[in-house]
Amino acid sequence: MLEDITMPSLGADMTDGTLNEWLVKEGDKVDVGDIIAVLETQKGAIDMEVYSAGTITEILVEPVAKVSVGTVLARLALTDTSSQAPLKKERTETLTTELKTSDVTKEGISQEVNTQDTSSQYNNYQEAGVNISTVQVESVQAEAMQTPRVQASPIVRRLAKEQQLDLAGIKGSGPHGAILLADLNAFLANDEHKNINKTKTVSREQNMRQAIAAAMVKSKQEIPHFYTSLSIDISAAQQWLQRQNKDQSPEERILLLALLLKALAKSLLKYPQLNGFYQGASLPSSVLQGDVSQGEGFKQASAIHIGNVISLRQGGLMVPAIHNVDKLSVLEVMKSLRDITQRSRTGHLRTSELTDASITVTNMGERGADTVFGVIYPPQVAILGFGKNKKELTLVNNKVTETDKITACLSVDHRVIDGMIAAKFLNYLSKQLQQPERL
Amino acid sequence: MNTENIKQLIIEAIQEVAPEMEQDDIDMDEDLREECDLDSMDFLNFLIALKKSTAIGIAEADYSQVNTFNKMLNYLAKRLN
Repeated sequence: MLEDITMPSLGADMTDGTLNEWLVKEGDKVDVGDIIAVLETQKGAIDMEVYSAGTITEILVEPVAKVSVGTVLARLALTDTSSQAPLKKERTETLTTELKTSDVTKEGISQEVNTQDTSSQYNNYQEAGVNISTVQVESVQAEAMQTPRVQASPIVRRLAKEQQLDLAGIKGSGPHGAILLADLNAFLANDEHKNINKTKTVSREQNMRQAIAAAMVKSKQEIPHFYTSLSIDISAAQQWLQRQNKDQSPEERILLLALLLKALAKSLLKYPQLNGFYQGASLPSSVLQGDVSQGEGFKQASAIHIGNVISLRQGGLMVPAIHNVDKLSVLEVMKSLRDITQRSRTGHLRTSELTDASITVTNMGERGADTVFGVIYPPQVAILGFGKNKKELTLVNNKVTETDKITACLSVDHRVIDGMIAAKFLNYLSKQLQQPERL
Repeated sequence: MNTENIKQLIIEAIQEVAPEMEQDDIDMDEDLREECDLDSMDFLNFLIALKKSTAIGIAEADYSQVNTFNKMLNYLAKRLN
């Protein structure tokens, strides 16, 4: 069975991406999670993963090429199910078992037992993401389809990309009008191109700005937000961190954010209605497949993947996810945080990390504002914002006591959740942070 | 190790988290995190980079002794020489 490998959507805001490099060739065998290509997107350089095991049979797009989301880049012959099954089972055994257990123990919560592997879960998210952006970018794609594809060799494409030339403006002398290196050189020798053919230089920062703008406009136009906040006593958490970090080398130290993320993950187990996606009525039913439920409404995520807003020094931000936070220790969460922070700045975030977050956290850090009222990243239904930690005098058992406080603000999609649930959730989160040793 | 070498190691560690920073941009007696715009994650990664190059792991309790460039320089000089 053949499967198309397409330009992924890394969020509702992404319309196209550039294939920079293939890391595989035709005939190569690939496994789930292998990095097969490097993409240049509005979010920077991204490592593209493959979500099924098989053999690359055909490479359809040669680098360097900018294509719309959904464009088929290559085809994969899937490994037949009999040999594929044991491999996938091994990868996801723990997850599946734990999900089954939770289904038994949590009556009242209609959590689906998900017997499929993580890769198909990903595909479902991916489809939801792609579909939403498809609606948004229809006009762009229609436009692209009207322009016949320019035939050119990889080297010509690479050079043209370097020189920021639009190949459509160059006459080719090769078969079917393909542009040859000689045509490109002749074109470059002619000075006229400098005036007529230089495409607009859009810096990566500007691209990222546009991507953020598109996602946030979509969010504010479609999602009826409401906000609830709670001032949380984090004295116990801070004391625990101090004890924990005292004799640790820098690599083993834990920051408050790691504790906050773990407390959030535990709270989401109790309030799963905040962890998932809202599918709008505008989605054509033909594109909803598998366990993605039909029509409009909330779809609970089958795992807790927390997106983290990471500010980049040159401006802009990335929101990579840490996967299965509920199953990680606090130290593991911390190491993942350091890892995604570093890779957000150097490139090499993976496609899954940018597409499957089921909720987002934005943290103002210790030098930021008191409260942040976050804007939900569609199709998610909630974003949790942490302000800076401050020392306050509080009455505890009729005594004035110095306490460390942080304000947590939950922005929620009112189509899915009501105020009382949001408030209860924040109080539960606060309770988790009073016993940091149990996180 | 002389002062210039240690200065260089500190600058290199800063540049691992803040590549755009140059020594001229930093007021040596002002708060290092303010000067270089380092959040707590950046500061931790800066300490990890320093540990790699100097083999000195700066304890959390010592943070107040390394909060300016000059203080950091003195702190490391004492331990490296």
